[in-house]
Amino acid sequence: MQYQAVKTLEEAVERLSRAEGEHMPLAGGTDLLAQRRAGRIDPKGVVDLKRVPELAEIVLDDHGYRVGAAVSGAELGEHPTLGQDWPGVVEAAQLIGSTQIQGRASMGGNLCNASPAADSVPALIAAGALCSLVGPSGRRELPVEEIILSPGQTCLAPGELVAHFRLPRPGPRTGDAYLRLIPRTEMDIAVVGAGVALELDADGLCTACRVGLGAVAPTPLRLDEAEAILVGRRVEGPVLDELAAAASAAARPIDDMRATAEYRVRVVGVMAKRAAQIAATRAGG
Amino acid sequence: MSDEKKFRWVGTRPIRPDGVDKVTGRAQYGADFALPDMLWGRVLRSPHAHARILSIETGAAAALEGVHAVMTGQDLPDLFAEKAAAAGGHDDSNNLAHNVMARDKALYHGHAVAAVAATSREIAERALELIDVEYEVLPHVLDIHAALAPGAPLVHPDRVAQGIENSGPSNIAKRLQIGHGDPEEGFAEADEIIEREFSTRPVHQGYIEPHACLAQTTQDGRVTLWSSSQGHFMVRDYTAKLLDIDLSLVRVIPAEIGGGFGGKTTVYLEPIAVSLSRKSGRSVKMVMSREEVFRASGPTLGTRIKIKVGVTREGVLTAGEATLHYEGGAFGGSSVGAGCMTIFAPYAFPHVRSTGYDIMVNKPKGAAYRAPGAPMAAFALETVMDELAQRLEIDPVDFRLRNAAKEGTLASFGPRYRRIGCVETLEAVRDHPHYSAPLGPNQGRGVALGFWFNAGLQSSAGVNLNPDGTVTVLSGNPDIGGSRASLAIMTAEELGIEYEHVDVMVADTHAVGYTDVTGGSRVTFATGMAIIEAVRDVMGQLCQRAAAVWEVDAERVSWHEGEARLDGGFEPAPLGLAELAKNAGKTGGPISARAALTARGVGMGFGAHICDVEVDPETGRIDVIRYTAVQDAGRAIHPSYVEGQMQGGAVQGIGWALNEEYVFDDEGRVQNPGFLDYRIPVASDVPMIDTVIVEVPNPAHPYGVRGVGEVPIVPPIPAVVNAVHAATGIRFCDLPLSPARVLARLDEARSPGSA
Ligand SMILES: Cc1cc2nc3c(=O)[nH]c(=O)nc-3n(C[C@H](O)[C@H](O)[C@H](O)COP(=O)(O)OP(=O)(O)OC[C@H]3O[C@@H](n4cnc5c(N)ncnc54)[C@H](O)[C@@H]3O)c2cc1C
Repeated sequence: MQYQAVKTLEEAVERLSRAEGEHMPLAGGTDLLAQRRAGRIDPKGVVDLKRVPELAEIVLDDHGYRVGAAVSGAELGEHPTLGQDWPGVVEAAQLIGSTQIQGRASMGGNLCNASPAADSVPALIAAGALCSLVGPSGRRELPVEEIILSPGQTCLAPGELVAHFRLPRPGPRTGDAYLRLIPRTEMDIAVVGAGVALELDADGLCTACRVGLGAVAPTPLRLDEAEAILVGRRVEGPVLDELAAAASAAARPIDDMRATAEYRVRVVGVMAKRAAQIAATRAGG
Repeated sequence: MSDEKKFRWVGTRPIRPDGVDKVTGRAQYGADFALPDMLWGRVLRSPHAHARILSIETGAAAALEGVHAVMTGQDLPDLFAEKAAAAGGHDDSNNLAHNVMARDKALYHGHAVAAVAATSREIAERALELIDVEYEVLPHVLDIHAALAPGAPLVHPDRVAQGIENSGPSNIAKRLQIGHGDPEEGFAEADEIIEREFSTRPVHQGYIEPHACLAQTTQDGRVTLWSSSQGHFMVRDYTAKLLDIDLSLVRVIPAEIGGGFGGKTTVYLEPIAVSLSRKSGRSVKMVMSREEVFRASGPTLGTRIKIKVGVTREGVLTAGEATLHYEGGAFGGSSVGAGCMTIFAPYAFPHVRSTGYDIMVNKPKGAAYRAPGAPMAAFALETVMDELAQRLEIDPVDFRLRNAAKEGTLASFGPRYRRIGCVETLEAVRDHPHYSAPLGPNQGRGVALGFWFNAGLQSSAGVNLNPDGTVTVLSGNPDIGGSRASLAIMTAEELGIEYEHVDVMVADTHAVGYTDVTGGSRVTFATGMAIIEAVRDVMGQLCQRAAAVWEVDAERVSWHEGEARLDGGFEPAPLGLAELAKNAGKTGGPISARAALTARGVGMGFGAHICDVEVDPETGRIDVIRYTAVQDAGRAIHPSYVEGQMQGGAVQGIGWALNEEYVFDDEGRVQNPGFLDYRIPVASDVPMIDTVIVEVPNPAHPYGVRGVGEVPIVPPIPAVVNAVHAATGIRFCDLPLSPARVLARLDEARSPGSA
């Protein structure tokens, strides 16, 4: 297998499109190398993206954050303000693997690996993150929830890659959270996951909210019903039960050895409810 | 302990002699050895749970460039068939031989059917794909119910059950029964009787290092093996036996071992590697993948236990009766015997009977796992003990204390107990602050008691005094749990020298006398005894040398605090070890000694654990929030390694209770052959496991040692399950208590229809 580390986006795109899919982007390699070892993929070469500045940095300006797609979990956690502004996103990314994995694993890799159980994806969906994609035909921007098409499949064109995620600078009474259920406490794949981001007004009523669900469908989902349930109401009691019921209703999971579909349907509601409570507390509710 | 002498080293916690090599990565494990002419061996495994092998076509594989040898079961001698036939099909050597490589039938998914040796692992893998095996797929049985059903497919149509008179062929390999008194009479005297049925799933020992070896053979028939195992003499004996080679021609060099827990007390790769090496004339290295470890090495398989216990209103046990079915895998040989022997062992039962069945199923041949057979039995008994205590409204520890086995109690497995620490262990639980600490909502506390025999068996040792006054000790036991440290401590204590001046080496099969496996919690006890005997021999020689220097009778010289003294005094000036060692050449030659023994007087072990859990009522997830393990160690030679054993056993038991299980699909394939989906606990899953070492010395050992390695895996399952009952009011009789199962039971209990 060839290995090439590129320094610019142009070089990366050029290399990836020339080889007609025989070369794969490499960020942390925590999915890619494990899959290669298991014999599930056999790329001719990999293009290491970690040295491309746009993919490796976190920039905060008037428009908000630009988080490089190859930034590792550990670096996300060390950023001075990102974790205060988007605690749910950072927590979700930091749930991935272990200390060792955190030194490598990125949100770009987590998204493009396209697992239904990817932990950072529901949190990014809830946060309303946009992906900036760069490919042979230029740059485009898509919401995170539109990237994954089915397990292992993204909408990226040949040679296209995720350059960065865009997150707004949140307002004063906002909060987000991500929770997952695993039988263990770490080193496990989410049985279900739920991310919630919301905003409250001065009276504690919800003014905006977004909810993302993981591991309950072929792709991470955005729960469209969440706004109708929460907006204009206090994030408590029966409202939370309604949210839980909506999350369960939206779930279309499978039975596998990690859990039954029935269990996933049930518990994704519990995770959504609890994440909403935490997000509301963070928003000052 | 006030009446005992003070020790200088015993009971202290020096760093282990092998520690630096292990933390710096220099220690050599099974897969770390290489030779210049080395080939890689790989195994082709059956894709069916049960199939007749009609033909194996190896020509294409052999023709592949880089392939130097291909073998099938036909290349292995068939030495034990007659013996097996004479014993109703049952012969351990025959089973082992057929497990190493299938002959006419593949008996489980993953069973070895052929192997190749090639210049690289990749070429060997490709060659496997070129081997064409024609199978006739046969119906299979995967669990106890299916195996015992009328008309069930037979794993071995030629086998009749041992221990059942006049029976025809069946999937029962063996039946056994033990006990004393008359349980019917005992139940008639009982005021309360509880009868329950329990089940456990197949679990893995969870050792991190996959099986690995390197084999070298020569034209004159010599074999050298580098291998990671729990006993290199075991590897030598089994390999030689299966291949019909003289023991003196086989030398096995022990690698460091990355965990075993019973799973490395047999051979899988070594006979194949030796055969491939003989065929190719090159050395052959074999390393299992993690997937192979899960599919083809021995787990501890599933069990079903029916148990009935009777008790008087005053809380005195009157009778116990149990029927135990244990899956032994494709060849039988489960640990059901130990299950029967241990199930009622912790208590004084006037009437007791257990009946065991060893069941054959189309799963890998089961292997030992820490206190083999006992944790499942304790799960059954200790859950029922908890329920009885609840019914009688007696504190569960008091209830156990009323019935606890003591010196003189007739053990349920036959003998009368000698000095044991069962009562002292339970008292330490009762008096521990954890036992009375307050609990929060959704939390509960459970306790459980566990027993294990521990083992003696055969050990050899060598002790060499070096001219600079340091000491080299040779042991025949791979060091799994810190035994180099405890053996060095006992040597330094006896000789009265610095711990740092003792180095312990795990010597190969040509360098030290025969030694049984590192298993049965026996090394510090039995090999320790051999070393002490050899050290005392060295001390006698040292006294003789001093006597020669002083020109006095040797009887007048004795050894104190590292020096020879005349009549126990300081005139003439005592002769220290270093001085005597330096001059040994002039006083009679090098000083060294050997000892070899079968260790008698094994100290039986008891442990009792306290577990607090918190159950999430909405998800069914269980968190172990506090845990205390109490155990009678006899004497803790190196307390840190005793505590390490207690903590490790507790964690393995917690994993077994909560999440661990092999998931077999309907075709008998393991669905979770890796540590991602086979969930042993990770560090953050468990709280710090508190430990309390009780010391009721074993009178048969010079320092009072009992084995400590196995007892701690016996109590955790019922301790966890009893804690979950305390938190939820639900008694779980089937493992594991994974979140989905727990939530389903919580829902059932909450549903309006339920009582
Ligand atoms: C021990 C262990 C534990 C794990 N635990 C978790 C967990 O708890 N939760 C979880 O969600 N995941 C987990 N994972 C999976 C993995 O670590 C994550 O998915 C991680 O985020 C992948 O990131 P990476 O940078 O390593 O991706 P890589 O392996 O480098 O890449 C993954 C895939 O995305 C592609 N890719 C990478 N970057 C880009 C890009 N910028 N544009 C386009 N394509 C790209 C690659 O070609 C590859 O196909 C675990 C993995 C391991 C080995």
